Amino acid sequence: MKEFLKRSEGVWLFIHSPAAILAALVALLTFIGAAFAPWIASVNPYDLGSFSLFDGLLPPVWQEGANPKFLLGTDDQGRDMVSSILYGARLSLIIGLSAMVIATVLGVGLGLAAGYYGGRFDAVVMRIADIQLALPAILTALLIDGIARGVLPADMQQDLRIAVLTLAIALSLWVNFARTARASTFVQMQKEYVQAAIIMGQRPIRVMFVHILPNILGPLLVIMTVDLASAILLEATLSFLGIGLPADSPSLGTLIRIGMQFMLSGEWWILWIPTLFLVALVVSINILGDFLRDVFNPRLR
Amino acid sequence: MLTVENLTVKFPSRFGDITAIEDVSLCIQPGEIHGLVGESGAGKSTVGAAIIGLLQTPGYIAEGDLKLGDTDLRALDPGEAHALRGKRISMIFQDPQTSLNPLMTVEDQLIETIQAHENIGTTAARTRAIDLLEEIGITGAAERIKSYPHQFSGGMRQRVVIALALCTNPELIIADEPTTALDVAVQSQVLDLIRTLADTRKIGFILITHDIGVIAQISDSVTVMRRGCVVETGKTAQVLGAPQESYTIGLMDAVPPLDRKLRRFRVPEETHDSDGSVSRAEQWLLQGQQQSEIGLTIDALQVQFPGVRTSLFRRPEPFTALHSVSFEVKPGSILGLVGESGSGKSTLAKAITGLVPPSGGEMKLGGDPLPTGKARGRRHPSRQLIQMVFQDPYSSLNSRHRIGDILSEPLWLYDLVQDKDERRALAADMLDLVGMAPDAIDKYPHQFSGGQRQRIAVARALLARPRFLICDEPTSALDVSIQAEILNLLKDLQEKFGLTILFISHNLAVVRQMADDMVVLRHGRIEEFGPSEVLFETPQASYTQKLLELTPVMPKEWNSA
Amino acid sequence: MVYFIFKRLAQSVFVMLAVAFLAFSLFRFVGDPVSQMTGVETSVEDQERLREDLGLNDPFVLQFARFTGNLLQGDFGFSYRTRQPVAEMIVTRIPATLELGIVALLISLFVGIPTGVYTALRPRGFVTQTILMTTLIGVSIPTFVIGIMLIFLFGVQLGWLPTFGRGGTVQLGGWESSLFTVDGWRALILPALTLGVYQLTLTMRLVRAEMMEVMRSDYIRFATARGVPMGRLYFRHALANTLVPVITIVGLQFGGVIAFSIVTESVFQWPGMGLLFLESIRFVDIPVMGVYLVVIAFFFVLVNLIVDLLYVAIDPRLRIKDVS
Repeated sequence: MKEFLKRSEGVWLFIHSPAAILAALVALLTFIGAAFAPWIASVNPYDLGSFSLFDGLLPPVWQEGANPKFLLGTDDQGRDMVSSILYGARLSLIIGLSAMVIATVLGVGLGLAAGYYGGRFDAVVMRIADIQLALPAILTALLIDGIARGVLPADMQQDLRIAVLTLAIALSLWVNFARTARASTFVQMQKEYVQAAIIMGQRPIRVMFVHILPNILGPLLVIMTVDLASAILLEATLSFLGIGLPADSPSLGTLIRIGMQFMLSGEWWILWIPTLFLVALVVSINILGDFLRDVFNPRLR
Repeated sequence: MLTVENLTVKFPSRFGDITAIEDVSLCIQPGEIHGLVGESGAGKSTVGAAIIGLLQTPGYIAEGDLKLGDTDLRALDPGEAHALRGKRISMIFQDPQTSLNPLMTVEDQLIETIQAHENIGTTAARTRAIDLLEEIGITGAAERIKSYPHQFSGGMRQRVVIALALCTNPELIIADEPTTALDVAVQSQVLDLIRTLADTRKIGFILITHDIGVIAQISDSVTVMRRGCVVETGKTAQVLGAPQESYTIGLMDAVPPLDRKLRRFRVPEETHDSDGSVSRAEQWLLQGQQQSEIGLTIDALQVQFPGVRTSLFRRPEPFTALHSVSFEVKPGSILGLVGESGSGKSTLAKAITGLVPPSGGEMKLGGDPLPTGKARGRRHPSRQLIQMVFQDPYSSLNSRHRIGDILSEPLWLYDLVQDKDERRALAADMLDLVGMAPDAIDKYPHQFSGGQRQRIAVARALLARPRFLICDEPTSALDVSIQAEILNLLKDLQEKFGLTILFISHNLAVVRQMADDMVVLRHGRIEEFGPSEVLFETPQASYTQKLLELTPVMPKEWNSA
Repeated sequence: MVYFIFKRLAQSVFVMLAVAFLAFSLFRFVGDPVSQMTGVETSVEDQERLREDLGLNDPFVLQFARFTGNLLQGDFGFSYRTRQPVAEMIVTRIPATLELGIVALLISLFVGIPTGVYTALRPRGFVTQTILMTTLIGVSIPTFVIGIMLIFLFGVQLGWLPTFGRGGTVQLGGWESSLFTVDGWRALILPALTLGVYQLTLTMRLVRAEMMEVMRSDYIRFATARGVPMGRLYFRHALANTLVPVITIVGLQFGGVIAFSIVTESVFQWPGMGLLFLESIRFVDIPVMGVYLVVIAFFFVLVNLIVDLLYVAIDPRLRIKDVS
């Protein structure tokens, strides 16, 4: 009954939380928009032939001198802002989601095993985590990026840009998952149902993934959400620093970097609309993360 | 002195207000110990919290009067109520390990409490604190007062807690399960202390507990509660000795007596007996019984844990949990293993199940050597023959699995039943055998009460077709009436299927009801081993004698069974 | 206690060795050091001689030992890009980053802890909900956007504060400080705020969560039940007990502060280590990257060792043996 109430309580809390509903809506719309960008967007910002310099620097429709074809205006190259943002969000989300998934698999796998086996294996994993902690996320990401520049030949660098960026972000996030999974596994290992499974002679893999994993999903789900937000921010930051994605395949961070050039001129929309969009997306994901945390840990309410 | 009239406490929730306690009335005189007894969910702690004004949010008092002397407790504003706490009403919590601030010395905590209610200098407050500690039995208090809480043992810590509750000379102390976390010997000392304080200082106590033995031993009057309502109230001897209400009668029947062995407990709603026909699950279990009853011999078993390293130069002393323990569980019998916390009972169970590797000695299961620790493979036959029923039914079943999956696990793991549907049918039959409705199979553990979960845990153990069952405190997390049902169930199953059982418990009375033989364990050593009736009637070891003497019991004539 | 500190010390040394190894691998395997150090016109023989001089033909372990030994003596090698000693380049940049980081950390603590306590004690009030929502937005805005916004508002629109550089600095021994001039402080405000906001939200949320956890503990309930005055209850009992987890995170955060200073320094053209690191990444200046790594890890490890000592000071259970 307790568990059942908690679950339905999640639904109940959701219905009664306007912030969570709004956040879910924003996140969902962004996901859909990003997934179907090639079909929704009026132009393809990667295709130089699909837009024209003559449409450059048009303001959003509610300002004077706008062209109704371009809802949120255009940049200096004449790219439609709506299309740029949709494609940018698409890239940001692809990188953010894949990085989050890789970090989850790696971190949860190692954390579960460390918690289950304990002893030496645990010590080794935790020492690696210590090293990783001494090199904070953004540093790790920058470093991997730097190494890739040094190691990969120039022509491959362009092709592998997204992969390198994803890997860099994933590697900087896995520790979170590993530490949480390990701590939660330790708690579960003391529970009698785990001892029962071990005594019965069940295989370690089964004990870890069939018995323990479903019981530690709650906190992991919260971290997955929060880390998706971190991954998106990290990608934006790296691209902003000019180390992430290049200008010809712009993510949200790259769009903001380009927009910086227009901060002092009158074309405010080139900077602030992508910025606002990025912040709205990340705020929404964080609100959902907070909401999940409240559901799984009612004491913080 | 304290009068509670028609107290009703409600907790608002999204389903409307939930009534936690309803129409509760109590009256406590100076120097009186008033027991508040009831099973979980009876609302006894809520009564205490309402009196001291510390109801968990969002709970509130919906109705009733609370008067301490001439003071109307409900009329106080928050500031006045807080000033009154400690000054006139104080409280003692269950667990002395967690009731004291670990970062402050005992001295700081005592002085701050005294000064919170009285305009008194620090030196005078310290003197009073030291005198008080001496009075309640902490020797060398002038020195020890400078210690931090973690430097005191459990019993001493509970004394410090009592000193803190006492240092402002309150009129009333609410003690919420003050001895539940303590061992028998310490419990008896703390209870004596409470009795003395009531007699000498004329402090009124509200003693909240689930342990009827404790109530019987020291309380003057008692209130029996159930589901938020008062069932019966009056002088202890009258209420417990000659109960009027059927609930109280049933409760008294379920309390295991220490002075004799019952064949079975009388429980009000006897679990439904099938119509005499042998059920499929029963047949299946009997079929599996090709192997006759098996016993377990334990010879010079020793378990050591590596000590916690605290020094750079000295190797840590290993901690010896079991010193060369030897005994035998006879085939088809129940062996009771008693001991206080830290005696090594659970370590022994873990050594037998292979969770903990012993550092010496050997074990034999039915004549065959039983490999220890990692040497016992996952597919070793003993994995199936030995099954275990755990203490906490809330953690022994995986809350994310359906009952059907939990019960089918041993069937496929030991390759007992190949067909999936057959496994399911057998699991459903087994539920019936342990007294559960077979439709439980599609539900999750959280949909059942503690007692029902423990039945499911027993069913899971049986579905492995075990010959040897380890029951590690199987009823200590349950209410007495549920305990009686589970003990009956275990007895029935043991007789029917010729199981050999190792029954571990800290509760002597429970062990007496169950065991044929008995081992008394203390600090990892066996104090006494022999037939349990002999041990209970003529204990040889002084430790066993002391345990029997200090266990709170009811006067013989009260137990009607 | 001694053992506890020794254990932490050993762990720290291990982390430092691992990071040194990382830096060494960077130097040794990412690109060829010799071709980086020499121009196109250098002959093959000269290159070989340099390789031999640098000891690059020696066994791997020996090379690493020499590398670590050099690090310990403060010999950090030469930059590929500027041909200057790396030690010099880094050391002149350290004060700028440290001052920025410490001021940001102080902002985060002095604002974060009180708001955390307040929101924990009044979990349902309007002010609390507003603060919580604000911090949620705070963690969701990338540091560089905060920087841009601050520049836009205070630098461009209002023109109150400078938007780049360190302003006036004073030389104190080898330490170039901007903490002793009005100009320096004016230049410090925006970057420190930018860097501090994210850490502030983390600190506040952590203090709040821990405080709420502690407020539910038995010893707080017991202290309430014996009428300990509310002020003492909140600060002497509750806040003190939340300190242990809080300083742990502050220790971990310090690494984050230094790392995120890369972004802040880039936005505000703040001449610290982060900016140097960014430049060295653009030019694949491996020696500088490696040394930056070692220096960052060193600060991180050092701060966390101090945190461990603070534990011992705060928690008597680590200082004094218990009964058993």
